[in-house]
Amino acid sequence: MIRLSIPLRQALSRLSLPVLIAAALGTMLLGKADTALVERSRMAVADTLAPIYGLIAEPAAALRDAVQELRFLTALQAENARLREENDRLHRWQAAALALEAENGLLRRQLNYIPEAPASFHTARVVADAGGTYARAVLLAIQPGGTIRKGQVALDERGLVGRVTEVGSRSARVLLVTDMNSRIPVVLEGSRARAMMTGTNGDRPRLQFWPEGTPPREGERVVTSAEAGAFPAGLPVGVVHWSEGGAAEVELFARPGRMDLLRIFDFGLSGILPPEAVARPEPRARR
Amino acid sequence: MKRRPHPVMGLLRRLDAWGRAAFPAASTALLMMLAGAPVDLPSAVPAVALACVFFWSVFRPSAMAPPVCFGIGLLQDLLGFAPLGIGILTLLVVHGTVLRFRRFLARQSFLVVWLVFAGFAAGAALLGFVLQAALNWRLPPPALGLVQLALGVGLYPAIAALLTRLHKAMRRAETLG
Repeated sequence: MIRLSIPLRQALSRLSLPVLIAAALGTMLLGKADTALVERSRMAVADTLAPIYGLIAEPAAALRDAVQELRFLTALQAENARLREENDRLHRWQAAALALEAENGLLRRQLNYIPEAPASFHTARVVADAGGTYARAVLLAIQPGGTIRKGQVALDERGLVGRVTEVGSRSARVLLVTDMNSRIPVVLEGSRARAMMTGTNGDRPRLQFWPEGTPPREGERVVTSAEAGAFPAGLPVGVVHWSEGGAAEVELFARPGRMDLLRIFDFGLSGILPPEAVARPEPRARR
Repeated sequence: MKRRPHPVMGLLRRLDAWGRAAFPAASTALLMMLAGAPVDLPSAVPAVALACVFFWSVFRPSAMAPPVCFGIGLLQDLLGFAPLGIGILTLLVVHGTVLRFRRFLARQSFLVVWLVFAGFAAGAALLGFVLQAALNWRLPPPALGLVQLALGVGLYPAIAALLTRLHKAMRRAETLG
């Protein structure tokens, strides 16, 4: 240690505080001027302390887990009651479902009902959204040599989308139910009344030609009808919605604006097929 | 420490004295690092640093010299994310002010010291607020300063109880030696 005279030492110790306060102000300026340096020193401190924090973190995490566990245990009672109540409710529903299933089986036996064979389907990707003769149609990419034929029915994951109208070797065109040329025979599920669903090129096709006395009710489900042998009965289409202008429209289950994969069903129907050659203004070779 | 120690005991004794002199700074730094551990709570580093500096400035100012305050403030600024220098300046100002009143404070009961500390913590929070506003050129949320104030005032009794015990043990060792 350097030996200093006592007055000098006292003077130094009295001076050190103002000098250090000045140094602190200098540090502030330095921190403002050179942020990179501050970041580096912060990271150096953090790097040094990281292993220690790692050691501390383990018991802290254990403690937090224990608290969490405790909270979970206290909530167990309420959770249990809720689950029991829900289980009771589900049991009632299961009983209802079993009873209905049994009744259904009984009725089928009495009717000598022959169940339909499950329809086979292919899934195809939508590759283009328009074009061709129709305003509302999509193009599907299909495998060459596939079994897709005209007149097969296209559904997305929610409901009816349209029918296959043209089939090439690698692509097929599906006319959507929203197109102006689309006419779909449908059944109003509540009243079992037949009607036609007519595309308008808009989002909601219209209902027409329902029998007198059974107008479509708001919110009624609309399914396909087997009339004319073009569709099987009972495919979900949408629900009835009366527009502001007083027209009965169908709010589709399917989302024609957002299709990426379609299921093409083969129901083995050969009702009304689309015409073989649609008159085109330009030759096909251009595409 | 002025008179020459016995030659045989010299090294141990000097080590002992050195350890006692370094203890306040080291324990403060350690407490700050522990308080800086990442848990889901607001950081208690400034509160801990303030309480320790206050306590040692009152009861053992020789071990809490201005350079030590500077170092602790620098550590506080590096552990936190406030602009550099705020902690240093705050702690130095607190240290300097406490030194003026320490003769009065050292004789008071714990409750009075605690109340005075609360006043210092409020002053430090205000100073930090003003400095942050000046350095960042926008007003920081006042809740931050209030949380630090509450943390400091709330933590002080625990820290003071621990440090008082250590301080008394050290003083006993000094009178023995």
